[in-house]
Amino acid sequence: MAEAVLVECRGLAVGYNGRPALRDVTFNADTGERIGVLGPNGGGKTTLFRALGGELEPMSGDVKVLSRCATVPQTERSRLDYPVSALDVTLMGTIPLRGWWRHPRRSERASAREALAAVGLDGLESRTFGELSGGQRQRVLVARALVQDARVLLLDEPFSGMDVASAQRLSELIDRLAGEGRAVLVATHDVEQARRWDRVLCLNRRQIAFGPPDEVLTMQVLEATHGGTIVELQEDGEHVAVMPAHHHHEGGGGHA
Amino acid sequence: MLDLIAPASASAWHALADPWAQAIVRRAFLEIGLIGLLGGPLGCWIVFYGLSYSAESLAHGLFPGLVVAALTGIPLVIGGAAGLVVAALGIAIAGRVPTIGRDAAVAIVITTLFGLGALLALSPASPPGIQGLLFGDVLGVSDGDLVFAAAAAAVTAVSLWALQRALLAVGFDRGSAPSLGISPLLVDAALLVLLALAILVTVQGLGNLLALAMLVAPGATAALLVKRFGPMLWLAAALAIAAGFGGLYASYYLNTAAGASIAAATVVLYAGAAGGSWIVRSVRSRRGLGGPVGARSPEYARMP
Repeated sequence: MAEAVLVECRGLAVGYNGRPALRDVTFNADTGERIGVLGPNGGGKTTLFRALGGELEPMSGDVKVLSRCATVPQTERSRLDYPVSALDVTLMGTIPLRGWWRHPRRSERASAREALAAVGLDGLESRTFGELSGGQRQRVLVARALVQDARVLLLDEPFSGMDVASAQRLSELIDRLAGEGRAVLVATHDVEQARRWDRVLCLNRRQIAFGPPDEVLTMQVLEATHGGTIVELQEDGEHVAVMPAHHHHEGGGGHA
Repeated sequence: MLDLIAPASASAWHALADPWAQAIVRRAFLEIGLIGLLGGPLGCWIVFYGLSYSAESLAHGLFPGLVVAALTGIPLVIGGAAGLVVAALGIAIAGRVPTIGRDAAVAIVITTLFGLGALLALSPASPPGIQGLLFGDVLGVSDGDLVFAAAAAAVTAVSLWALQRALLAVGFDRGSAPSLGISPLLVDAALLVLLALAILVTVQGLGNLLALAMLVAPGATAALLVKRFGPMLWLAAALAIAAGFGGLYASYYLNTAAGASIAAATVVLYAGAAGGSWIVRSVRSRRGLGGPVGARSPEYARMP
């Protein structure tokens, strides 16, 4: 597959009410690429995604998204007592294509079922969203992004609160989606997760670094990204970096 | 056996048909049917959007408008609409006072407006019957009221049908709705306009104090019984109409106030559904605990 740029940011600054929440962002994402967007809570990960999704206008700099882009939000934001099935949620992805006032057609229902099958949830279409496991709910939201025919996927903290087996399945799904030619951006505050992707974009209200994880994830960069001193430990012969204590309450994160 | 059943069914039929012989009761059934069609499905969205308190506040806030309309002879709908605008402006202004919280601002404005309306309605100088605005007069609806209720029901049905996907998406995850091209602010505004319209119609039939019964209880009852929005909307309409008709029959045969009987019927339906679903859950839970090895448990009970 020929490599092509799908996302390009040059000197991007973006924020709210005239105040920048994130600045100096310069990176690109290519077809088939998995990019980890690493940063603490409030570091600008979601703000970047909102800018890429077109919800926020750049205050300065350029942002170019050269293909359809879809956001996969955190499942914690979804209501679990809401009376919708996995298929209903997936069909929400057809709203940007046809408008909110049009009811889904048979062809859209078929593509929603295909998307659910593609994320390994065939047979669970009619299951109520709140009855699914955390990993299954996250995959429903990925299916919602897939029916938008998006080649750029923005996953916001998708592994948050997920067990090991579900995380493994989601990780494999991300690999497959990238293998099909999509650019997948995965927001995380977990350094170990960030190491698994092709390139890492480190943010802490500004861009700290961008590049392959082996080159970028140095102690200096991690300290700048997480805004505190990183403690380096040795565990079973491997180096382990412990993040500043004030980020631990959010769960996950902590190893490098 | 048939000799016993036939007279019983005939007398039941007569009991059901008798009230319909009177024109004012027929109009009341029609008015309540339209309110049920309008209020039932809208009530599901009110419940899931957490707008029950707002609906209660709006209904009480428009009371002075209704009283002034009744005193001056202008149509109640116009007075109620003006009352709604005043209440909305009052809440918006009071909500901006830094020392008053938003909740307190709503409570202060609504209590003040409702008190003002009650003062006017219960004044010895007010004409008799004006107190009916508090509890409604479904047996006294005019042709104009019926036309307005029918138009409002049609507008609400078409609007809810057109807005259904947007309402569903915003209610599910407000934060990611903009990424789907939907403005939560506009969806909220559209729902509030429909709510205001429904309150104007319902207040005419059930009065200011009881209108909420038809706008919240059937939706809340349906939400207890089904897990999908589509069937829930239809069930809520059916429950609202059933409660409305049940209340009217009770009023006819027990000689009770119509509005209060209808409100009581909606509560009886909710209590029945809540009790029934509690029993079903308890039985299922016991079966699950003592059931055969390998019995399926819900996916969410097994998964993190």
